[in-house]
Amino acid sequence: METIIYPLIGGILIGLSSSTMLGGIGRITGISGILGSSLAKISRENLWRYTFLIGLLLGGLLMKIFAPQFFDYTLEASSPVVIIAGVLVGFGTRLGSGCTSGHGVCGMARMAKRSFLATITFILFGMITVFFKGVLS
Amino acid sequence: MITVLFSLISGIVFAIGLVISGMVNPQKVIGFLDITGAWDYSLAFVMLGAIGVNFFLFKYLTKRNPVCGTQHYLPTKTEIDSKLLLGSALFGIGWGLLGICPGPGIVNLITFDMTAFLFVGSMIVGMLVYKFVVKE
Repeated sequence: METIIYPLIGGILIGLSSSTMLGGIGRITGISGILGSSLAKISRENLWRYTFLIGLLLGGLLMKIFAPQFFDYTLEASSPVVIIAGVLVGFGTRLGSGCTSGHGVCGMARMAKRSFLATITFILFGMITVFFKGVLS
Repeated sequence: MITVLFSLISGIVFAIGLVISGMVNPQKVIGFLDITGAWDYSLAFVMLGAIGVNFFLFKYLTKRNPVCGTQHYLPTKTEIDSKLLLGSALFGIGWGLLGICPGPGIVNLITFDMTAFLFVGSMIVGMLVYKFVVKE
């Protein structure tokens, strides 16, 4: 019970956040799309994207200050693996038009067929990757 | 002005949700993806909670205008193409390698862990490669 309560509360907050975005300014909270588009060009049109990204950092900072126990983990991998992971995540989410937030949280809630397929695909390939990492190590 | 306030608050709440849920913790994510090992299914409840809220709220919200503006910017594409599947597969491999997806990557920057910076930097490179090599 205890193990699912935090994921559930966190998930509900993520839902409330994306509903705030949709109800407030009519936008979908897809983080890879927001980051990718804000890199494209610096413009006034992107202002809401910048403030969202700043919000992400602020929210993280607030948690780090007031609830540091949630950061009781380490990011462990060799630099080449981190670089390959980063490039694949960046390139893949742009090619596939979304990530865990855009497809997983928003698209599936809209019952979008593309998002269901995308989410199944990235979870499946994530699982296959973790499996092979286990076999090879 | 109020537009940026909405997205700022949305960003803050999203990050708090990512931290509380455990999505920022790569060990937790790898545990969720490790279906043939000691599978930790708890992160499935993140999606369940988020989709549960959005399923009802999105329905309600898309029936009326947003507070700012008069339209919703919703994806209109419905066809399943190879870009969608190939992109998602590549993303899945990257996600499985480190256990970090885009949102948690950005949030992890505040830990000032060099790995987080390297990851986000590489992710941005991947996005720019797509923009300049594939799209244009």
